[in-house]
Amino acid sequence: MSRDNTQLAVKRKSKKALRSNLVAYSFIAPNFIGFCVITLVPMVFAIALAFCKWDGVHDIEFIGLQNFKDLLGDRVFKKAFVNTIVFSLGTVPLTLICSLGLAILLNQNVKLRNFFRTVSFFPYVASLVAVAAVWNMIFSPSMGPINMILSRLGVENLPRWAAGKDTAMITVILFSVWKNMGYYMVIYLAGLQGINPDLKEAASLDGANRWHTFWNVTLPQLRPTTFFVVIMLTISSFKVYDQMYMITQGGPGNATITLVYDIYNVAFVNTPKYGYASAISMVLFILVLIITLIQFKGASGDN
Amino acid sequence: MSEPTAMIKNSSRRRNHAIAMTFIYILLILIAALMLVPFVWMISASFKMNKDVFTFPIEWIPSNPRPQNYIDIWTKIPLLTFIKNTAFLTVVVTFLQVLTSSFAAYAFAKLQFRGKNILFLGYIATIAVPWQAYMVPQFMMMRAWHLNNTHLAIILLQAFSAFGVFLMKQFYEGVPTELCEAARIDGLSEYGIYAKIMLPLSLPAVSTLVIFTFVNTWNDFLGPLIYLTKNELKTIQIGLRMFISQYSAEYGLIMAASVIALIPVLIVFLSLQKYFVQGIASTGLKG
Repeated sequence: MSRDNTQLAVKRKSKKALRSNLVAYSFIAPNFIGFCVITLVPMVFAIALAFCKWDGVHDIEFIGLQNFKDLLGDRVFKKAFVNTIVFSLGTVPLTLICSLGLAILLNQNVKLRNFFRTVSFFPYVASLVAVAAVWNMIFSPSMGPINMILSRLGVENLPRWAAGKDTAMITVILFSVWKNMGYYMVIYLAGLQGINPDLKEAASLDGANRWHTFWNVTLPQLRPTTFFVVIMLTISSFKVYDQMYMITQGGPGNATITLVYDIYNVAFVNTPKYGYASAISMVLFILVLIITLIQFKGASGDN
Repeated sequence: MSEPTAMIKNSSRRRNHAIAMTFIYILLILIAALMLVPFVWMISASFKMNKDVFTFPIEWIPSNPRPQNYIDIWTKIPLLTFIKNTAFLTVVVTFLQVLTSSFAAYAFAKLQFRGKNILFLGYIATIAVPWQAYMVPQFMMMRAWHLNNTHLAIILLQAFSAFGVFLMKQFYEGVPTELCEAARIDGLSEYGIYAKIMLPLSLPAVSTLVIFTFVNTWNDFLGPLIYLTKNELKTIQIGLRMFISQYSAEYGLIMAASVIALIPVLIVFLSLQKYFVQGIASTGLKG
């Protein structure tokens, strides 16, 4: 056979490859172009902006690390950082225990299981504005039913909940656990259903009681699920903002201000400082990145 | 073992089981009550006069119910406009999200092409970046294009998430490749395979994506808060929040508006619940 033919075949083949590449790109393009412009570009822009000074009116000015130096002396930022961590330390274990407990209860052979599952899910899908409004009324320090009940029970120093400096954070944490536990319960339920029933059977044949089976079989088998839930919970707790906005407005006296709240205030309230807001964003990004890296490491370790 | 002891052991085990089950039911009922009470309180208060909302002991069923709240709220704030805006945004975003991400996911799952890994890495790289970390430059960009105070901004913000692509890709990878091969041999183009085979097969995944996008867009707060400052453009969440801060003592009206804001999501959730649960269980991802 001549070389011409092979060359022709190669040419035809590469033409075909080009065509199939183009077809594939046409599938991806609508989403990817949108994603690039709306997400990737601002992400890169955010990093650059963190090293600049900009009020949106005057020209952008490169100022190096000045924003980050300013952060170190910024009391509101420090408060926001600490609060974000406190909020995480409060919500992550509490939500974890509540959702695991609920999943274990629902994994028993109970009637009306779907009803209970649906009900625990209501708070998660419900509009935050609406449920926060009820929460504020129920926990109203002067008139709310919670404090009415407490005062009937003879409690003297009634908690001031969202209005109290010491109780505001606890109030938001309780609200957050209430709102989100249904979601993580479903993840745990899936994890529990993935456990091989033979393992539990073997344990009970060996004479282990429910408690032993739980500690020695169920919990270790749930390790990947728990790991995943902890990561998800931690990341979403770092991003918290709207719950504070609606229950405490970040107060009283910045008692519940968070990183994202601070970003919002710096960028969109008062005179905008976009560069400075981006520097705070970088801190948030690094926090989330650390958790994500831990997740990648953990996930590859499991395999 | 003699028979009587076995019987005693058996009956004591049964008794233990009965005690455990009673305990479980009591706990479950308590938790269900904890989850539901705020909603019941909300509905109850929405039928009360302001002065009756906080009467104690709680009057769960108002003695003289006042449906007037549900009539007044429509004139107090432009609630109908808010609902129309939210419905419009939710439908458009959900449609675009499902269409573009299932389209892209098909290519990532079933086609071979140059740069596939690099492009997909672009999506993965963004997982670690919370939207809140780049919302500021994104807003600056949109404002430079004069898109602040437009619904288009919210649509663009929500419609192209990586979440949809991941969800659909995962599903498509579970579809046997032979199915596509056979269709190709039959002369179907890639677009035909997507439209006639993959999309119909992926209805469960599409339902999951629909309900997630619907709930997220309907309930979204921070996005509309930053972008929509004109009253006639606001969504129900922002509108409701505005009403709460303006008329903080109108308890009955606030609760009536809250009930109205909740209803659409609850309807969608209750009718597509199965897919919601499956979606979380299989991906565990959150918008």
